[in-house]
Amino acid sequence: MKILVAVKRVIDYAVKVRVKPNKSGVETSNVKMSMNPFCEIALEEALRIRESGAAKEVVAVTVGPAQCADTLRTALAMGADRAVHVDAGAAPVLPLSVAKILRALVQVEQPGLLILGKQAIDDDCNQTGQMVAGLLKWPQGTFASKVVLDKEKQVATVEREVDGGLETLCLDLPAVITTDLRLNQPRYATLPNIMKAKSKVIKKVTPEELNVEIKSDLEVVQVTEPPKRKAGVIISSVDELIDKLKNEVVSCNILNCK
Amino acid sequence: MFKPPSKLYRKLNSQTSCDIMQVHYSRTYGIHQRSFTSAAINIQRSPSFSKLNSDDIGYFKSMLGDKNVVQDEDRLSAANVDWMRKYKGSSQLLLLPRNTEEVSKILHHCNSRHLAIVPQGGNTGLVGGSVPVYDEVIISLASMDQIISLDKVNGILICEAGCILENLNSFLANEGFIMPLDLGAKGSCQIGGNVSTNAGGLHFIRYGSLHGNILGLEVVLADGTVLDMLGTLRKDNTGYDLKHLFIGSEGSLGIVTKVSILTPPKLLSTNLALLACKDFLSCQKLLLEAKRELGEAISAFEFMDSDAMDMVLAHMDGARNPFPSSSYNFYVLIETTGSDESYDKAKLEAFLLRSMEGGLISDGAIAQDINQASSFWQIREKLMFRKAMCWQGMSEATVKAGAVYKYDLSLPVEKLYDIVEEMRPRLGEKAKVVGYGHLGDGNLHLNIITKQYDNNILAQIEPFVYEWTSTHRGSISAEHGLGLMKADKIHYSKSPETVQLMASIKKLLDPSGILNPYKVLPQSMLQ
Repeated sequence: MKILVAVKRVIDYAVKVRVKPNKSGVETSNVKMSMNPFCEIALEEALRIRESGAAKEVVAVTVGPAQCADTLRTALAMGADRAVHVDAGAAPVLPLSVAKILRALVQVEQPGLLILGKQAIDDDCNQTGQMVAGLLKWPQGTFASKVVLDKEKQVATVEREVDGGLETLCLDLPAVITTDLRLNQPRYATLPNIMKAKSKVIKKVTPEELNVEIKSDLEVVQVTEPPKRKAGVIISSVDELIDKLKNEVVSCNILNCK
Repeated sequence: MFKPPSKLYRKLNSQTSCDIMQVHYSRTYGIHQRSFTSAAINIQRSPSFSKLNSDDIGYFKSMLGDKNVVQDEDRLSAANVDWMRKYKGSSQLLLLPRNTEEVSKILHHCNSRHLAIVPQGGNTGLVGGSVPVYDEVIISLASMDQIISLDKVNGILICEAGCILENLNSFLANEGFIMPLDLGAKGSCQIGGNVSTNAGGLHFIRYGSLHGNILGLEVVLADGTVLDMLGTLRKDNTGYDLKHLFIGSEGSLGIVTKVSILTPPKLLSTNLALLACKDFLSCQKLLLEAKRELGEAISAFEFMDSDAMDMVLAHMDGARNPFPSSSYNFYVLIETTGSDESYDKAKLEAFLLRSMEGGLISDGAIAQDINQASSFWQIREKLMFRKAMCWQGMSEATVKAGAVYKYDLSLPVEKLYDIVEEMRPRLGEKAKVVGYGHLGDGNLHLNIITKQYDNNILAQIEPFVYEWTSTHRGSISAEHGLGLMKADKIHYSKSPETVQLMASIKKLLDPSGILNPYKVLPQSMLQ
């Protein structure tokens, strides 16, 4: 069985993000970029499934401009067997378009499992996995915190983190899984694997070759910083506190006044 | 859970009030029992120093304001104890001057009254240099934390001595610069203290010593004279360059109040690799090769032995061994910093792969994002902290009661690890000997961990360690300084004539000896 893992190149999680002066977006030039942390977890899970013998090949795929090849090289250094780079130009590609591209790739590669991170930390959309599953009419297990594959029965048992707790689903393969934080801890890229990665293949494709038209139904109008946190005020007496609570706190719900 | 040590402690004898306390926490019950090392500091309080009286307090209060004259027991007890919780003084007064003029007035008064003082920054020193031995007045620079100016073209920063290193870094990062030094203590240490101890740190290999980066200082002398040497010039050959006297003088020649420092530009790409080597010879060869092939790109080169790694992994929450399948004898951390991310990464990768093919490295991992980089750094930075935790018996999770003897040595790189290997048979089962440090600078941190402080064990360690270092023309204190801990050990690394001249300079600048007494130089030289 083949596993397809979709990864995304985003601003590094630890970077302090800044809004561009013209508010059209976030400053990305001269800023450290890395693989989306959830995508790392997705890749790690795919590698573990391969190592357990339930899959033969792990293929990493990314959609984006030329620099995204770096992310694929990280994926290969972690242990992916080969990679596909869909060069869609410099403009950001929205989840629906990514989902259409992934559908086209799935039809070419015929994987038994498509694993993605649950969301990207730059747009926090949390849509791509669900959309691909819909387009492919495949079952989906999202926010996975545990995945167990049954090779014989071709079934994946996925434990999902939901608001109420944990939900366990059984999915018939092929299926789409999106990964949550507690699924695993991604491995480091070790030198022997980095060495092997040098001879691994990154195939370049364009959306046109996949017969996918990238059109954007959404336009980012403005990006602004959240309001700055106001400094607290030191109150000098209990009376002053009561006065402030009476006149300045709009809702008493927070204070549980009964 | 953390329980602060009780204030009760037995005085070792009625005359010394400098206590070395050891607090052990039992694993299950959190009960603490104290035991004292018998390596007591045997210095008497100098009779030439006066005691504080109400007139002094009145003067300070009128000059500084009530808020900045601290006699509160809790705040004093924190300021009286060093970071390692190894030394405790009994100062009755903590002063918080807000500007140089106030520092000058305080010193003028203390000098005329023969009141001994201790200048205190972040109190993160490791040799007991920042806390009183007896009742010296603590002059804290914490309120003097203003950044005065930044020359954005040349990166010359002028700031007050009480600025915390990490805050300076955050400020500079916004402007595209960084501080030329980086230490584990950066969240608490102040630049005045860094200067006064000539702090080294993790980036010494790239940016060099503070002697090279400090362009100017403003210092207040013992009698209150303000010495304005706050130059901002890279080149100024006019007369004797006195600022170098104060850099590393550990507060014994004057109090640093302002600093002018050259800050390097913040480079965009940082790459970090954690490597495993089979023996120390490979680590050395790796250093040589790295210097040749990575050259000026290297910004850190650290090493640790397998015992150190095991200790960190055992005691650090969330620490992960990057090489879980095997255990190696040595680990090396190499950091490169440059301006082109993909070029620098490719260069580092190519070097590491070649080294691996050449057998210098057994295994390695390259950090792929900032989070991975900080976990690699945590392994190295937490080494000292973790050992301190073991030593003082504090830990959030499990606790291993233990005592640590720490030594900070500069040695020729070929000999660096030999001392560790010689120590092990000397101590046998009684202690665990661990070595790690700034291999790129020839600086070993030797740590000997035992169940508890024991004079017999100490006798096996000292003076052997110092003599060994001296024989190999090394330094008994590479970067931590002499402080109180090694005040009588300077002769292991400096000739008698040199120490004699140091004593003369001290007597010239501080005739009453009020600045940080009992430390740095042996008492016998100063009588």
